Amino acid sequence: MDFSMQSWIANHLLTLILFTPLLSAAVVMLLPGKQDNLVRWSAFVLSFIPLAFSLALWFGFNSNAPGFQFEERYIWYESINSSYHLGVDGISLSMVLLTTLLTPLALLASFSIQENLKAYMALFFLLELGMLGVFLSLDLLLFFVFWEFGLVPMYFLINQWGSKKGEREIWGGRKIPARTYASFKFMIYTMAGSLGLLLAIQMIGVVSGTFDLIELYAQWTSLSGTLFGLSTSTVKAIAFWAFTIAFAIKVPVWPFHTWLPDAHTEAPTAGSMILAGVLLKLGAYGFLRLVLPLYPTEAKFYAGALAFLATMAIIFGAFASYGQDDFKRLVAYSSVNHMGFVVLGIAAAAFAAGTESATIALNGAVLQMFNHGLSAAGMFFLVGVIYERTHTRDLNAYGGLFTLIPVYGGILLFTSLASLGLPGLNGFVSEFLVVRGAWPIFTVYTAISMLGLLFTGAYILKGIKKVLHGPLNEHWIGRLSEINAREVFVIVPLMVLMLWIGVWPNWILSVINRAVVMFF
Amino acid sequence: MQFPILSVIVFTPIMAGMLILLIPEQRKTEVRMAALAAATFAMLLSIWVYFSYDVAAGGYQFVEKYTWLPSLGISYHVGVDGINTPLVLLTGVVMFTGVLISWGLDDRPREFFAFLFILATGVFGVFVALDLFMLFFFYEIAVFPMYLLISIWGWKVTREYAAMKLTLYLFIGSVVALVGALAMYFTSGMGTFDMLALEGAGFSPEFQRFWFPFVFLGFAVLGGIFPFHNWSPDGHVAAPTAVSMFHAGVLMKLGAFAALRVGVMLLPEGAKAHMWWIILLALVNVVYGAFIASVQTDFKYVIGFSSVSHMGLVMMGFATLSSNGLLGSGVQMFSHGIMTALFFAVVGIVYDQAHTREIPKLGGFIKVAPVATFAFIVGGLVSMGMPGFSGFIAEFPIFMGVWRTYPWIAIVAVISIVITASYIIRVVGKVFFGQLPDEFQGHVHDATPLDKVALVLLSTILIVVGVFPSVMVPLVQSGVDNILRLMGGA
Repeated sequence: MDFSMQSWIANHLLTLILFTPLLSAAVVMLLPGKQDNLVRWSAFVLSFIPLAFSLALWFGFNSNAPGFQFEERYIWYESINSSYHLGVDGISLSMVLLTTLLTPLALLASFSIQENLKAYMALFFLLELGMLGVFLSLDLLLFFVFWEFGLVPMYFLINQWGSKKGEREIWGGRKIPARTYASFKFMIYTMAGSLGLLLAIQMIGVVSGTFDLIELYAQWTSLSGTLFGLSTSTVKAIAFWAFTIAFAIKVPVWPFHTWLPDAHTEAPTAGSMILAGVLLKLGAYGFLRLVLPLYPTEAKFYAGALAFLATMAIIFGAFASYGQDDFKRLVAYSSVNHMGFVVLGIAAAAFAAGTESATIALNGAVLQMFNHGLSAAGMFFLVGVIYERTHTRDLNAYGGLFTLIPVYGGILLFTSLASLGLPGLNGFVSEFLVVRGAWPIFTVYTAISMLGLLFTGAYILKGIKKVLHGPLNEHWIGRLSEINAREVFVIVPLMVLMLWIGVWPNWILSVINRAVVMFF
Repeated sequence: MQFPILSVIVFTPIMAGMLILLIPEQRKTEVRMAALAAATFAMLLSIWVYFSYDVAAGGYQFVEKYTWLPSLGISYHVGVDGINTPLVLLTGVVMFTGVLISWGLDDRPREFFAFLFILATGVFGVFVALDLFMLFFFYEIAVFPMYLLISIWGWKVTREYAAMKLTLYLFIGSVVALVGALAMYFTSGMGTFDMLALEGAGFSPEFQRFWFPFVFLGFAVLGGIFPFHNWSPDGHVAAPTAVSMFHAGVLMKLGAFAALRVGVMLLPEGAKAHMWWIILLALVNVVYGAFIASVQTDFKYVIGFSSVSHMGLVMMGFATLSSNGLLGSGVQMFSHGIMTALFFAVVGIVYDQAHTREIPKLGGFIKVAPVATFAFIVGGLVSMGMPGFSGFIAEFPIFMGVWRTYPWIAIVAVISIVITASYIIRVVGKVFFGQLPDEFQGHVHDATPLDKVALVLLSTILIVVGVFPSVMVPLVQSGVDNILRLMGGA
């Protein structure tokens, strides 16, 4: 009995990871009455179930075996030949771990939420379901299902629990609440961006007769002749851009990033943590799982353009970030800057697929995805901590707070430096790998991007200086409480991982590297 | 002899309607209980038919055939296949939920339910009819009570105009289709109205090409095809809630279904010749309908025009004449029926409380009616084709079918998804979230428990079909395979 139970769990591990959040959402909704603390703690405890399963997955994963592991496959939509097909390789494994790790922390960070707590927690679990589904899917249609589905809970989290202040003027001079504006823009921007993806997926389904990724990897790439009266290469080039734009919006790559600062700024703290920590990774993951394997030729051909956009994202992201006076917006733009390195690594790998430099760059890109997940989540959380105490995000309203709240100051300093890429902390390892890998491939772009690193330093120091240093803003004396134990518990796991990856990155890189090597 | 389950389903509503008329007028509770009992019975039978249909065997099942007027070749011939079984279920569900939603109706409920049930019999009859004459017979039975239901119980401002417009449109449409049907009857020389026989009549391609537009468009008027869609939003808005649910949820499917069964299945060569312009009309439906919906300020008109847009997708799927497209249309007919019944139910609940449907004047309904809000959001997600809900299951294969025939139309039509998303988000944001206006404080109340039962049932169906397409897709596929066989394996 016990043995069969174990083997059942081992055979359905991915399904368990994927759907325990859904069960948790149901449990939370069914909790009695208005006992907020019960809801908080149950949600927090329940969110450890997927984490536990992912750790089991991590330790059960054989990083030396080729291909996908823990595969599950059942027919889902028979008439169009789509199946419920899950599987993990080293890349998705690290992303699954990131997602299940950040969710409990984000829920812990949400303990200060007061309104409609049950709905909030349930939406958070649905969001986790959507993100995990994208990382686990090995079926194109299933991928799209989860890709779109994840938008819905995020929309409501921003729209209902977002910042209450602020108004935006829309055309016609009418003023609407900023969170309404931001959530609408997030939803419509991403949905519109996905239209091309949807069309391209339909087209691939019609042409190939299957949505199974493993079959498509072989079949779609070897396609030749004419399609719809056009040459296959033209059709593929169009489809490549349809995919690319959808993912570039999500990453976001300059110039498709404008939804991001609004969404980030208005989202509740935990929402920003997940948005920056995991949701942006979905776009980069789309490049890795779909674009590179399905369009190797087109990806190589257009890699230069992608690298150019990535460089622009790095430079403009840093400049824009430096120009902000709103602490949360500053951190939001820093995501554009950091995710630029991910795309640069992917572009380099696409251009020189199979070379050693490409492998290094891709390793760096995947590790950067993980690292940015840690540091962006940490930064947004710390912004949330100070905002809850001061009710302002205006950098000029702070000043010299280090003396008032030294523990918070230390933590902020540490996290900022990780984000900056200080050697010894995680950001350095991945950015170094990307730059090292991309240098021989796109020398000019890489050189310019490295200049961008300089501005990264500038805006991070600006943030630290405005908040912690300088003359003390006396308004805050006696009105500011130190970071509390719960908040420390949120940030400490992130800090430990930042330091751990910075000092000894091999534990995660070995898993990623095996997947990357097998990628080509 | 087996139990004549289809006949029982068809005639339960009208018998119940007659019995209800015998109840004394002032005993409204008994009237409602009787109506609910009949509706529950019909729904349970339709569920039973749905789940006992043998997909592996396929073809027409539960067939009953009795000669009716042998000299004219008319028989009472009914049966279900993969296309109409979901529609019978849809009718059962909408009838049941419609009765629940109308529980609070206080103005002559006896006559209201009687007419509503006559309508239901007509609808069931059209869906199961295998005889052309019977199909027209039930079709007219379905259209006529609509006039009375709208003009007596409708919205006072436009009810007479809308009822007249709707009835005239639909009668003209059905007369045009009838001409085509009679042409088939006389040309076949077989002296029968039996559709299964007429399928094998071997009409000449010239004949088919000439008569196809009459038959298809005549019925498609009721499906709301552009440019003959105009009666439908007016009709939806003027009708009382349960009638809107029936009207958009089931009656529009009647048009689409009859266009398929009589037009495409009996005149396949004509369909092949004419589909290129029908798909263009459907494209206009899809995109223009969504656009018009997005600029409405009346809550009910938004939903009314969204139906025009979504029914366009059904027509579009038909027009591809491909396996994927027809499958998608079959599922879309069911999915849209449930979704739009849900929408009109929620609109009705909001209107009953607020006495206005002007979107800018509404707000904050989530605080008073959380279940209705949840249901509307589910319907909205279905409407925008969100994966995980039935709308996606239906629309995806329709688009695949369009890709096989006219790729550029798929590229244009997909824009409607974003337009739909934008107006759904706007309506949800304005009506359900935001501030509850002061004049509503204390005056608006939650939906009744019966309303909630209806809303939860409808939302659950939308989610179940979206998550487990296998509950419906193989069934519809078996019906589609039959159509493809008539098309010559196209």
